[in-house]
Amino acid sequence: MLALAAASGLPLPSIARTSEAPSDPYSVPTVGNVHLMHITDVHAQLLPVHYREPAVNIGVHGARNRPPHLVGEALLKHFTIAPGSRTAHALSHLDYVAAAAQYGRVGGFSHIATLIKRLRADRPGALLLDGGDLWQGSATALWTKGQDMVDASQLLGVDIMTGHWEFTLGAERVMDILDNELKGQVEFIAHNVKDMDFGDAVFASHTLREMNGVPVAIIGQAFPYTPIANPAHFTPGWTFGIQERELQEKVNEVKAAGAQVVVLLSHNGADTDIKLASRLSGIDAILGGHTHDAIPRALEIANPGGVTLVTNAGSNGKFIGVLDFAVRGGRIRDWSYELLPVFAELLPPDPDMEALIAGIRAPFLTRLNEPLAQTDALLYRRGNFSGSMDQLICDALMEEMDAPIALSPGFRWGTTLLPGEIVTMEHLMSQVAITYPEVTLTEMTGARLKQVLEDVADNLFHPDPYYQQGGDMVRAGGLQYAIAPLASVGSRITDLSLNGEPIEADKTYKVAGWASIQKTQGEAIWDVVSRWLRREGQIGALTPNVPAVTGLANNLGLDEGC
Amino acid sequence: MNDTTKGRVSRRRLLNWAAALGALMTLPARAWATVSRPETAFDATALDQALMALGQTPTRHEGVIFTTPDIAENGAVVPIRVEVDQTVLPNVSKVSVLVEMNPNPLAAVFDIAPGTEVYIETRVKVAQTGNLYAVVESDGQLFMASRETKVTLGGCGG
Repeated sequence: MLALAAASGLPLPSIARTSEAPSDPYSVPTVGNVHLMHITDVHAQLLPVHYREPAVNIGVHGARNRPPHLVGEALLKHFTIAPGSRTAHALSHLDYVAAAAQYGRVGGFSHIATLIKRLRADRPGALLLDGGDLWQGSATALWTKGQDMVDASQLLGVDIMTGHWEFTLGAERVMDILDNELKGQVEFIAHNVKDMDFGDAVFASHTLREMNGVPVAIIGQAFPYTPIANPAHFTPGWTFGIQERELQEKVNEVKAAGAQVVVLLSHNGADTDIKLASRLSGIDAILGGHTHDAIPRALEIANPGGVTLVTNAGSNGKFIGVLDFAVRGGRIRDWSYELLPVFAELLPPDPDMEALIAGIRAPFLTRLNEPLAQTDALLYRRGNFSGSMDQLICDALMEEMDAPIALSPGFRWGTTLLPGEIVTMEHLMSQVAITYPEVTLTEMTGARLKQVLEDVADNLFHPDPYYQQGGDMVRAGGLQYAIAPLASVGSRITDLSLNGEPIEADKTYKVAGWASIQKTQGEAIWDVVSRWLRREGQIGALTPNVPAVTGLANNLGLDEGC
Repeated sequence: MNDTTKGRVSRRRLLNWAAALGALMTLPARAWATVSRPETAFDATALDQALMALGQTPTRHEGVIFTTPDIAENGAVVPIRVEVDQTVLPNVSKVSVLVEMNPNPLAAVFDIAPGTEVYIETRVKVAQTGNLYAVVESDGQLFMASRETKVTLGGCGG
C-alpha cells in the first residue's frame, strides 16, 4: 500500500504513528496548510453516551476481511492496537461492559466543542465538516424539528455539511433551516440531489474555499438512496443516486477552476466510497459516513488518477477525524489523518455549549428523565443481525400488539445502556425518534415474509456495494431463519420457522412492525414500547434472536463468541 | 418552496406547449411514412424473443453509453439515458430499450433521423430487479449495453 502511494503521486503520510496515544491523546501534531475536521452520523446526541461497536459486521466478496469488515480482535490486530487499551475500547465491542465502566462515556457536544477549539488553535483556517445524520436521532431533535442540532452545530462552528436523515424532517423544513437559519454560516452541499423533472440541482454541489493560500474544493454527496431507505414522500420531486459520472465531471470542473485539493464529503457508506474511490480520478480524499464504521486509519485506494484516501468517522459524536494536507506549488506533498475518540472524561466541557444544551433541554426535562424500567442486560443495537435493544423492541411489539412475529428496522444509530442503568424516555427515544413512527399490524403470507427478508438481505450483502443501502438486517422477533450471505438474491434465506414449526408459504401470519415507508396510521412506537417497559419494570437477560449464518468461512467480520 | 413550485409548473407547461407544437408543425410528413412499429418485437414475452424480433443478436459495445439507476427510486418510472459515441458507432438509425423482467421486455424503439446526435432520456416501468438493455442499430448492425437495476421494497436504511 505504501509503495503504491509513493509510486502514484500521493505522498506517504507524515507520521508513522503508533496506535497508542502519548500522554495527551489529543495533542495531534499539525501537518501542512490545509486542515479538515470531520464529524458524521452524530444522530443528535448532544450529551455523552455509550456506543458499542459491532461484533458482527460481515464483509462479502471484495469487502471480505478488510476494513471496515473487521471486528474485535481481528480489527485490533489489523491496526496494531493494544487489547484492553482506551483505543481498543473505542473501536471494538470487546469486554464492553467493564471497559465502558473504566473509560466512561464518549462524545457529547460540549466535549466535542472543547476538542474542536484545541484543534483549531493549531490549525488556522481549518474547516469543520459534518457528513450528515446530524439533525435526527434524539428526543429533543424530534420534538424541536431539528432546531436543537441546528443551534448546537452553529455554536460548534460547522462550516459545511451534507445530509441523509435530515431529509426525513421534510423538504420544506430542510429548506426553511437552510434558507433562514444557516445561510451564510453552514453551507449544505449535495451534488447528487436533483429535481426529478428537469435535473436541476436542489443544493449547491460544492464549495471552493481558499485556505492559507490553497484553493480547496469540497463536493457534497448526500445519501444516494434516501427516497428508497426512508419514505419518499418527505422529498417529493427530488431524485438522488450515486451519480458517478456527474461526480467525475464535477471533480474535473473544480480542478479546472483551480482547486489544488479536492475532497468529497460523503454519506455513501464505506464500501460504496471505497468502490467510488477506485473508479474516479482526481479526488484526494473521501471523508465518509453513513455506515457508522470507525476506521482508525485512512485507506489508500488506487485508481487511474493515482490514490484517493477514504475515511469513515464512526457515529454518535464518538469520533472526530482530522485530515491535514501540506500543499506547496500546487501539489500535495504530505498528509496525515487521525481518528480521535472523544472521551468525555478527558475533555472538560465547553461552558458555552454546556449552557446552550441546558437551555435546549430545560423545557423537556420531565419527559426526558421519566424512568421507564431498569435493565439487568447490556442494551445495544449495532450488529448485522440484531442487538439486545432491538430484541427489547421486538418483545414489546409482539406482546403489545398480540402478534407472534415482529419486524424492526436495522438502523445503525441508537445508543448503548449498561447493565443496572435506568431506562428513561430519553434513552428510548434515542432508539426510535423518527418522523414516521407508526406501529403497524399486518397479515403477511410466509412467502411475503421470506421476500421481505431476502430483499433486506440483498441490501446488506449484494456483491456490488453500489446496490447496497447501508442499513443492517431487519430485526426479527419470533421468527427463526438461516441466512447465507454469499448466496444470490432470492436464495439467501432458508429454514424459516415460528415456535419450531416451519413457516408455510401460503399461510398468513400476523406481523407487528414500525417505520413503514408508506404513509400509514398507528400508535407511535415510543408509546407502545414505553407502555411495555413501565409494566415490565425490570428488564432481565435478553438474548437477541439472530439467524444461523451459513456458508461463511474464516470471516473476520463475525465474532463467533458474541 | 411555493415560488419554486410555481416556477416548475410554468416551465412544465411551456414544455408541453412546445411538444404539442412540435408534433403538429415540425414533423415532416415524410417521417411519418418511414416510422413503422415493430409489432412482433413489442409483443414478445421473453427477452431473447424480443431481441430476435429486432433482427439479430446484438454485440456488446462500449460505444453504447447507457445510464440507469443502480436501485430504482420508483419502479413505475425509472429514468434511463442512452447516448452513442458516434465516432465508433456511426449512422445510427434505431435505438431500442428492453427491460428483461417485464411481461413485454421491449419498452421503446426510437427511429433516428440521419445526422442526428443520439441522446435519449425517458422513463420506463421496471417490474422487478433485472437487466435493462439499450440496443443501437449502427450501419445495419446491432450493438448493446446492459445494466442491472434493482427494484427493492425499501426501508430499513442506515
